[in-house]
Amino acid sequence: MLRPGSKLHRRAFWGLSILALPLILGGCDKMVVMNPTGDIAVQQRNLILFSTGVMLLIIVPVMALTIWFAWKYRRGNPNKTYDPDFDHSTTLELIIWTCPLLIIIALSAVTWTSTHLLDPFRPLERIAPGKPVPTNTRPLEVQAIGLDWKWLFIYPDLGIATVNELALPVDQPVHFSITSTDQFNTFYAPTLAGMIYAMPTMKSELHAVLNKTGDSWGYSGNYTGAGYSDMRFKLRGMDKAGFDQWVAGVKAGGALDTATYLQLARPSAKVPVMRFSTVQPGLFDRIVNQCVEPGKPCMVDVMRGDMMRARMKPGKEPPPGAPKPAEPHHEGMNMSALPPLRMPGAPRAAQA
Amino acid sequence: MTDHTLEPQAEPVWHLTEEEEHHDHGASGPTILGFWIYLMSDALIFASLFAMFGVVAGAYAGGPVPREIFDLKLVALNTGLLLASSITFGEAMPHMEAARVGPVRFWLALTGLLGAGFVGIELYEFSHLIAENAGPNRSAFLSAFFTLVGTHGAHVTVGLVWIVTMLIQLGQHGLNPATKRRLICLSMFWHFLDIIWIGVFTFVYLYGVIR
Amino acid sequence: MTDNLTKTVFGRLSLESLPFLHEPILLGTFIVVALLGLGLVGVVTKYKLWGYLWKEWFTSVDHKKIGIMYIILGIVMLLRGFSDALMMRAQQAIAFGDNPGYLPPHHYDQIFTAHGTIMIFFVAIPLIVGIVNFVMPLQIGARDVAFPFLNNLSFWLTVAGAVLVMLSLFVGEFARTGWLSYAPLAGLQYSPDTGVDYYLLSLQMAGVGTTLSAINMVATVIKMRAPGMTMMKMPVFTWTALCSNVLAIAIFPALTAAFFLLLLDRYAGTRFFTNELGGAPMMYWNMVWIWGHPEVYVLVLPAFGIYSEITSTFTGKRLFGYSSMVYATVVITILSYLVWLHHFFTMGAGPTVNSFFGIATMVISIPTGAKIFNWLFTMYRGNIRFELPMMWVVAFMLTFTVGGMTGVLLAIPPADFVLHNSLFLVAHFHNVIIGGVVFALFAGMVYWFPKAFGFKLDDFWGKVAFWGWVIGYWVAWTPIYIVGLMGTTRRVNHFDDPSFQPYFVIAAIGAVIILVGILGFVMSILVGWLKREQHKDVTGDPWEGRTLEWSTASPPPAYNFAFTPVIHDLDAWYDMKSRGYLRPTTGFRPIHMPKNTGAGVILSALALVFGFAMIWYIWWLAALSFAGLFAVAVGHTFNFKRDYTIPAEEVAATEDKRTTLLAQGA
Repeated sequence: MLRPGSKLHRRAFWGLSILALPLILGGCDKMVVMNPTGDIAVQQRNLILFSTGVMLLIIVPVMALTIWFAWKYRRGNPNKTYDPDFDHSTTLELIIWTCPLLIIIALSAVTWTSTHLLDPFRPLERIAPGKPVPTNTRPLEVQAIGLDWKWLFIYPDLGIATVNELALPVDQPVHFSITSTDQFNTFYAPTLAGMIYAMPTMKSELHAVLNKTGDSWGYSGNYTGAGYSDMRFKLRGMDKAGFDQWVAGVKAGGALDTATYLQLARPSAKVPVMRFSTVQPGLFDRIVNQCVEPGKPCMVDVMRGDMMRARMKPGKEPPPGAPKPAEPHHEGMNMSALPPLRMPGAPRAAQA
Repeated sequence: MTDHTLEPQAEPVWHLTEEEEHHDHGASGPTILGFWIYLMSDALIFASLFAMFGVVAGAYAGGPVPREIFDLKLVALNTGLLLASSITFGEAMPHMEAARVGPVRFWLALTGLLGAGFVGIELYEFSHLIAENAGPNRSAFLSAFFTLVGTHGAHVTVGLVWIVTMLIQLGQHGLNPATKRRLICLSMFWHFLDIIWIGVFTFVYLYGVIR
Repeated sequence: MTDNLTKTVFGRLSLESLPFLHEPILLGTFIVVALLGLGLVGVVTKYKLWGYLWKEWFTSVDHKKIGIMYIILGIVMLLRGFSDALMMRAQQAIAFGDNPGYLPPHHYDQIFTAHGTIMIFFVAIPLIVGIVNFVMPLQIGARDVAFPFLNNLSFWLTVAGAVLVMLSLFVGEFARTGWLSYAPLAGLQYSPDTGVDYYLLSLQMAGVGTTLSAINMVATVIKMRAPGMTMMKMPVFTWTALCSNVLAIAIFPALTAAFFLLLLDRYAGTRFFTNELGGAPMMYWNMVWIWGHPEVYVLVLPAFGIYSEITSTFTGKRLFGYSSMVYATVVITILSYLVWLHHFFTMGAGPTVNSFFGIATMVISIPTGAKIFNWLFTMYRGNIRFELPMMWVVAFMLTFTVGGMTGVLLAIPPADFVLHNSLFLVAHFHNVIIGGVVFALFAGMVYWFPKAFGFKLDDFWGKVAFWGWVIGYWVAWTPIYIVGLMGTTRRVNHFDDPSFQPYFVIAAIGAVIILVGILGFVMSILVGWLKREQHKDVTGDPWEGRTLEWSTASPPPAYNFAFTPVIHDLDAWYDMKSRGYLRPTTGFRPIHMPKNTGAGVILSALALVFGFAMIWYIWWLAALSFAGLFAVAVGHTFNFKRDYTIPAEEVAATEDKRTTLLAQGA
């Protein structure tokens, strides 16, 4: 029979491994998570490799011991010590608690530092290993909006917008502001950086940089309904000249005004790439505040009014100096920061 | 049952030859413990509802804010009724221990009346709010308010049904181990609802108005 | 006028709600299920088994029978959940480029939702609860659980939930929202049809059942242990069952509350999880994961208990490091409550919060690692018999460690940023749930089957099941790990990049190998039953067991133990055997036992009707069944005569039969 550890079993194991090898190796260049082209994603990949290595220090011996003990102490083996009352050993107990503990202490230290260093809200310090961000470089601003079921990218500094196409100049730090209209999406470009949730009424951020030219895919990583599988965008890394040329090309497109946006925001799947030469100013903040439709009050204003009414003595008029709740707020106010209890998991308020 | 310390002897005792009293009787049985554990899990449901309320307590969405809709006098009256009902239930229990079924039923009935008054006032408050366009659909804050207070009210209503049931069963069977056990559980349930209400009163009404 | 009348009577139910009328795949399924169902009903009717089933099984409050019924439910639902898995694997293996596959998103999305929901709520939980129900009272020397009627009710509520899920296959639709039905997608605005209502109401029933069952088990362990069994003399499986059920009591309320609030959003128009009017959908995520992560430990702790019992039995040794095993279990129980946020590191909670939850998650791997070492050193200097249950244990140790490693990887927030919601994650949790929980369930079923039925399962088919599962697991999930590293996300029903295809084809082959494993298990039951005389266990102790359940007959009599045992040592039965215990053959006394009752079945049937009526907006029926539910529940309390006595002669007769059998066996 194929007992674990028997000859046949081992042969089967190696046979299968050899068969699987070409697939694993062949997949290497396709493994974007393992071969990313953005510095943040590279650091995340290195972290995966490092921690896997540290853990293998304990996993491999445990698996080897399992097979060895299973083999050595099988009933059929006459050359073994059988000690039915061996159920305690302080030394062994110490070892079996200490070994995992040491590994976890090491990983915890790495976790703490890497989580802080690779925090998506944290501005970049380097473009690539050994290449710090030049002083006075302003990151390229990109606003990413998850619609049902396509991605809208607004370049507020350039005044252009695209759908399902994200072009980035290489070695240029990018600052993403991310939100969504209806569903919880995640903004995920595996070659660029790890994913971050795009959530209605909330704004998340991501700092990242792309180091190589070339096209790759980006997705939404969180299921959002019927059109989810096709909700992907093309991420295009370009050199400076290529990017400028691309921007000029986009400038030839139509305008993204309120009516066009509302049309676009309706659920649709497999949307081809679209390019807009102008964008209505403040659109992103209106989307976060759910007030793109004309006449709809912005959430941030409603909440400001609520807070004032809640604090006011009944029957009193607002004090004359109080801010008027009519102007939409333009910094992308974060809703989740306002309730008295902050939920664990909610993104922080936008940093100035 | 498990407190027996049995020294291993030369000829160990391997089983009980005398049967113990059947397990499901009296206050030391598993029922009281089981009911206590149930109350803890119910407390966690309330904890979740409180947490939900806490998260959306400021989400008025342009709708009414607490001070516009909460009538503290009414709530104080309501709180008084429920606290009083806990006291009257407390009066019933010594009579149960002393096996006097008449007084037990009297205090229990009084508790039920106070509880019914509480539910009545709460229903009045709710209908009043809904009529003023401050129903649970108006804002997340109001949804959480109605749900938290309403869930408590639903528990009190179940308690009322239980009280009526106990009144009948006490009439039928008097005080026997089974009815006693149920009374102990009911009393735990009733006091538990009181504690929850104190949380609701403080956290929802008082905090909402003075904030 | 007639339109209004139909609406009042049938709610939103109409002929169009029966999708199998116009969809060939569903029609085929429906015909097969209907034929199987009719066949089953026919057989039961022909052999006049209805009365027997009702009296001896459905209304039974015997923990052993309830445990067995839980396990049957789990296996039946496993077949359903696994056919969903096969359909998904087939779809993902062919849907590349221009080929949309054979399942449009509308179907595919229901299938992955149903697969996850069913596998966790109606397969893993019932199987774990079933094994705990059957084994734990026997291990602590009790005659039944603390609340026998409640046990019956818990089971039937779970069945009602399962029936409702199955109904969604043919009447209306199931949810298309993923197995946790995240808001706001699951809100009325984005999921207006019946799917999410089916999901919520069926899980709510099953959840209430599980909570009640957990309360029952905790009270049983605390109050009903045999004299002499102190906490530190409890078998490890009982310890893990206790911790698992304590944990279940602590977490299910959060899920119940979350589902309750979402139900209110959908039925009463409240604004908890909507995008508008102040709703906070993220709170739903928090609440379901406060349940969801510990739930994994609710499942895996008893699984660890099963491995411990089996390792100790088949190595012929005391468990190495019993007390460190117990402490590890308790530590895992507590820590599991503090890690839920790692399911959404990527929402951007901030590095300090993320680090805290990440490190808390990793810390769990310390006691888990200690457990693995404990099993390892139980094998050390042992005399290992590689019978089926032990083979499962070794397969578990080799598979689960890999899953543990990828789990720690996912607990590092920046690594999770690239792995979250990818197929790597999906491969990870299948790695730990199949390698940890499912292997334990099969090991446990093989191990305790002779105790429950008096004969062993067929060994050959059992080995087919074993190799099918183990090889199938690795063939199916290794490629999924790899495509996860290629950046593919979960729940995708169609890919553009053809280079993924070979991996998905291999995964599909793996799924077919697992199918062989599942069928092998079914065969091992069938063949085992056919050869039951050959594999008969007359001793009650077929594996040279060490804990109390092996001291009584197989199958145990209704009262479990003629005399309540007195415990002196851990591994009580081993202690009894090694110190020359003689089974008493005289002096039997009458035994008090709880009486069977149909109230559990009736209450659950009413709950089922209520759920169905709510889903289809048939308000009059909902009101009626709810009132009925309340009335029956109150009415049941008026029944004070819930016990009966097994006379001493009957006990003596049963025990004498066993004496004869034992003499024959010897």
